[in-house]
Amino acid sequence: MIMGLESWTLARPEIFLLAVTALLLIWGVVRGESATTFVSLATSAALIVTAVLMFAPYREGTAFGTLFIVDRLTSTMKVLVLVGSAVAILMSRAYFEDVKAWRFEYPLLVALASVGMMLMISANDLMALYVGLELQSLALYVVAAFQRDNVRSTEAGLKYFVLGSVASGMLLFGASLIYGFCGSTAFVQISRALLEGKGGEIGTVIGLVFVVAGLAFKCAAVPFHMWTPDVYEGAPTPVTALFAVAPKVAAISLLVSVLMGPFKPLFDQWQQIVVVAAVLSIAWGAFAAIRQTNIKRLMAYSSINNVGYILLGLASGSEKGIQAVVFYLAIYVVMTLGTFAIILLMKRRGVMVEGVNDLAGLARSQPMMALALLVFMFSLAGVPPLAGFWGKLYVFIAAIEAKLYTAAVIGILSSVVASYYYLRIVKVMYFDEPAEMLDRLPFSVNRAVALASAVVIALFSLAPQPLSLAAAAAAKGLFP
Amino acid sequence: MLLQAIAFYVFAFVVMASAAMVVVSRNPVYSVLFLILAFFNAAALMLLIGAEFIAMILIIVYVGAVAVLFLFVVMMLDINVTRLREGFLKYLPVGALIGIVLFCEIMLGLGVFGSGTATLGELGKAAPQVVAITNTRAIGQVLYTQYFYLFQVAGLVLLVAMIGAIVLTLRRRPGVRRQRISEQLYRPKEQAITVVKVPTGGGVS
Repeated sequence: MIMGLESWTLARPEIFLLAVTALLLIWGVVRGESATTFVSLATSAALIVTAVLMFAPYREGTAFGTLFIVDRLTSTMKVLVLVGSAVAILMSRAYFEDVKAWRFEYPLLVALASVGMMLMISANDLMALYVGLELQSLALYVVAAFQRDNVRSTEAGLKYFVLGSVASGMLLFGASLIYGFCGSTAFVQISRALLEGKGGEIGTVIGLVFVVAGLAFKCAAVPFHMWTPDVYEGAPTPVTALFAVAPKVAAISLLVSVLMGPFKPLFDQWQQIVVVAAVLSIAWGAFAAIRQTNIKRLMAYSSINNVGYILLGLASGSEKGIQAVVFYLAIYVVMTLGTFAIILLMKRRGVMVEGVNDLAGLARSQPMMALALLVFMFSLAGVPPLAGFWGKLYVFIAAIEAKLYTAAVIGILSSVVASYYYLRIVKVMYFDEPAEMLDRLPFSVNRAVALASAVVIALFSLAPQPLSLAAAAAAKGLFP
Repeated sequence: MLLQAIAFYVFAFVVMASAAMVVVSRNPVYSVLFLILAFFNAAALMLLIGAEFIAMILIIVYVGAVAVLFLFVVMMLDINVTRLREGFLKYLPVGALIGIVLFCEIMLGLGVFGSGTATLGELGKAAPQVVAITNTRAIGQVLYTQYFYLFQVAGLVLLVAMIGAIVLTLRRRPGVRRQRISEQLYRPKEQAITVVKVPTGGGVS
């Protein structure tokens, strides 16, 4: 009665990805470790095919009752997640082969996490939100600890797991309050109850605060960011690259669809929370990163800082704001993947190094890589005319139109502070005398990813129009 | 109504108190025992609002499996050997206390169960209609139809948990002898049996 064919056609990308993952899992179990490279390539290919499947042909609507929703925004976000995951899998081979942890479960867990993220993004019900979130989180806890003989990796996994469970608990508690006061977990029903003034105000607001706290944890916004630097530093570098990209997109997308969907009537209440989280993230991400010497920790703070800008776009609550969120996220994904591709290339005498100072002399030993990293750092710092600048510009325009003057000013001032540490990396690369050069590595996937990301950033910088139109189309769905 | 209210407050108080004890108590074994007490009381609260299915599931899953598992883990941890060695007698008073409290509560719960559901304040305005079917039946009616999607995704979460547990703990050790039943069964009798003529009083060398 409820499960028409429509449900299956709308969810076909997810179903396809799951089917491929299951087959590859069996393949891996039968063939053992020797199948790892094949499984990882096949998984990446499947992720890309999944992204294509969403648009061939493109359909919108709700499926499985009203549990699952597909529209422009969810499809756009899913593309970002899928591309991020696929590239993260491709980048991981060299690293895991080095540490002798190249096992076929890794790409499959990432694929399952991606399914979880897609389900999160498509969630149209608090329960669907929760199961998607758990599917994603559980797979990510495991990949954080994937290098299981490394103390720091297991510590990162455990820390992420414990804190993530607390966040899930908060989210569930909030969801139960919302259910109690609004009488339903379906977004449509919650929205209706709130519009009719039936959802008892205070109880729903308290529930909403808990849900937002849980989601803020997942996208590492201050004050729920404590886990980020430790987990980013401890987790294997390719996993950190994945963490910095895909789960962020999913969590932010979820935050957008929850806040702009069912809880739109409570805009005045949640706007304050999101503004505070945004401003704190921007400021903390900028100031705490100054003293970091480990480049993975630095990227952790950088991601907190960027999430702050994205949340500022969300806080404006306007169509332009959501457009800025999508635009910024897309650019953030490319910049972060490129940066991590270069971090994965940092080796000295065959050993991975992670210090900022280890980059010294990169301009002479590998000029192309140095140039690519220069592009990413300038873009992250928001130097015009690079893509990161356009992202920040859109966010600030949206914030100012929503009369969030103080937040916008703090954001702009903090971006000056943040540009200090981005530019420090450039200075180290180009002007510092190295104690010892980094290894010159042969051409590899990571090099290709770094160069491709730099080219994409350059294209976005010169012609931001197509991306901004796509972002506008994605945002339009939320404002009928 | 008074009886239900008393029962509710007793159960609610014990839930809160034992949950606090889980955190406060220094000995992890006590913590787990208090956790079990908290689970039982939560189940009793479920019973009070007429959710007998969830109450039973709570006891079967949480007390029957999760808490016992915790207890095993905690007991296997090398926390304080001398204190653990003191053994049975040391845990007896607390264990007995928890047992007595549980017993009294079960009696109370059984006494209250027949007398309708408890109402503590105004019902939620949009709360679902209470229909005249049992909980189990109501869940069965929606679990595989309306909530089929959630059910499937929950299964996926379990799949991930299984893969994760294997990835993080399985280690292939060389030189482990395994029983291969098929090889044992297919062994021809020529390989397995030798017929020996034993001379009387000679024995087998």
